[in-house]
Amino acid sequence: MVKQGVIPDELTKPFWDAANEGRLVIQNCTACDRLQNPPAPTCGQCGSGDNLEWKAMSGRGKIYNYGVVYDCPIKLLQEDQPFNLAVIMLDDDPDIQMYSHLPGTPVDDVPVGASVEVIFEATANGQKVPEWRVVS
Amino acid sequence: MTTQNAPASMYRTTEGLGLWEHKGKVAAVGIGHSPTARRWDGTAGNTLGANSIFALRKAIEDAGVSPDQIDGLVLDPVTTTGAHWEAGDPLPMDVINTYNQTDDPLDGIAKLSAEWLLKNMPELTNVKFTMYGQGCMSHAIVVAAQAIGEGRAHTCLVLKGWHNLEGRYNQGGVSAAEEVSGTYATGPGRTIWGPPGSYGTALQFAEYCRKYGKSHDMMAPFMANSRRNGLLFPEGYWAQHRPEQLTPEDYLAARWIAKPASLFDNDIPIMVSAAYLFTTAERAKDMKQKPVYILNHASSRGRLRSMTPTLDEVQAETGSTGKKILEGAGITAADLSFENMYDGFALFHQFHIEGLGYRGMKFGDALDFYQTDISIEGPNPVLPSGGNIGSGRSRFWMHTDCIQQIQGRAGARSVTGVKPEIAVSGGPMPMGGNFTVWSATPD
Repeated sequence: MVKQGVIPDELTKPFWDAANEGRLVIQNCTACDRLQNPPAPTCGQCGSGDNLEWKAMSGRGKIYNYGVVYDCPIKLLQEDQPFNLAVIMLDDDPDIQMYSHLPGTPVDDVPVGASVEVIFEATANGQKVPEWRVVS
Repeated sequence: MTTQNAPASMYRTTEGLGLWEHKGKVAAVGIGHSPTARRWDGTAGNTLGANSIFALRKAIEDAGVSPDQIDGLVLDPVTTTGAHWEAGDPLPMDVINTYNQTDDPLDGIAKLSAEWLLKNMPELTNVKFTMYGQGCMSHAIVVAAQAIGEGRAHTCLVLKGWHNLEGRYNQGGVSAAEEVSGTYATGPGRTIWGPPGSYGTALQFAEYCRKYGKSHDMMAPFMANSRRNGLLFPEGYWAQHRPEQLTPEDYLAARWIAKPASLFDNDIPIMVSAAYLFTTAERAKDMKQKPVYILNHASSRGRLRSMTPTLDEVQAETGSTGKKILEGAGITAADLSFENMYDGFALFHQFHIEGLGYRGMKFGDALDFYQTDISIEGPNPVLPSGGNIGSGRSRFWMHTDCIQQIQGRAGARSVTGVKPEIAVSGGPMPMGGNFTVWSATPD
């Protein structure tokens, strides 16, 4: 599945640069010692933008939940319908979620709770994006 | 005059606030609805603005007041059902020139300002208070009720209008783009992973079913009941255009959108406007319709930790919302004659009513409750309005129904298994919305 191309912007550029290098980083507030995703200009807890950094993650997680998309609004993905769309909880902090199409997992045969590891796939314009694969 | 959004101080968002200070001092009296349509037909007479003027005039007439008695107007200026006027699309100048315009040519077509309405309703000569309750009718109602309670207005119109244009829901704009910004791509919202609108609710429902041992097919009686009630709502889309009962078999055979959310679990986007006339309890006594008193309003402002709300987050928020609703009205859930909590998406109605504790429900009980008599004739009516599932996406059928039921004007949809004395309506989302408690008496 080829996702829409991504044009990194000021807020998210470190995330996308890391993805191109095969690394998963998540925003972290050093004052609160608190990860947050999606990225934001300020910490969701203390409200400050002064202490945000990008922190390397282990690249390990669990499948928290999933649905199967049959009627996707994104034109580029419609030819791949139906497809899995799962929510991954990071092992580094289970409160932090990321989406995944779970490449390699049959449609609607998703092992909720299973371990996954991050991989990186190219989008339509070559920008790489984190994806997740079930660990056998 | 430039209209501002309501300040956060007008919403009751936290537990422990005690009784609403204006309990029973504000009343709904008049109701006005425009006709419904699936999409705008491109004519000047059927724009969002035209529908809204129609609904406002109906509400004024219904209340039996003269337009010059109106001193307040509260509305939601954002009117999209998911349809947007794409940048570069030609403007319909013949339609635009039919009306008195503001400096935005799409005002009255794909958005709606208080200023546009006042320019096109010259009979409203004494409106001195205007405010936006941005989100949906549930927001506008709360703002209008609070405004009257605070004395900012005395006889106030409350309006919500919707526009729907050609094209499939949310498939234009960024959804059709080859490239998107990094911030959009990381979500939340649609993102480059492509979740449909109902995906988040589908996830919560899936987790709910796993946790409590329930299944999607247990929704079928609720869906059939909602459509039945909707077909008894002459102002609604299905009653006006497609009077087809939804059977459990139809529901279970429907195609998936975001499994476990199917086609019918999603409400159908439509064009429609509705208006209410609110006033002080004192003034309401002399108006044409029976006053329906507002006992409380409460708001939910849940904050999700990451991309999509977990079931734990949803249940914590709806439980808190239920406490706020009841506390400010000075009632218990047992005092509710019926409920009209939001349902568009159908798969989250149970979160609202479990959080409220309707009929003693606890988390995990609602789908079993749906297998019992939830009809308007029974002792435990669930969503007698039929909600968005029964009448299309307006997010206001449930408010209209509460007022009409308590006024004794719900017609064939009247609840008969209970006496309609106190009811609650509101929404939209379990993680964020606004709710109102309505009553036949002020105390």
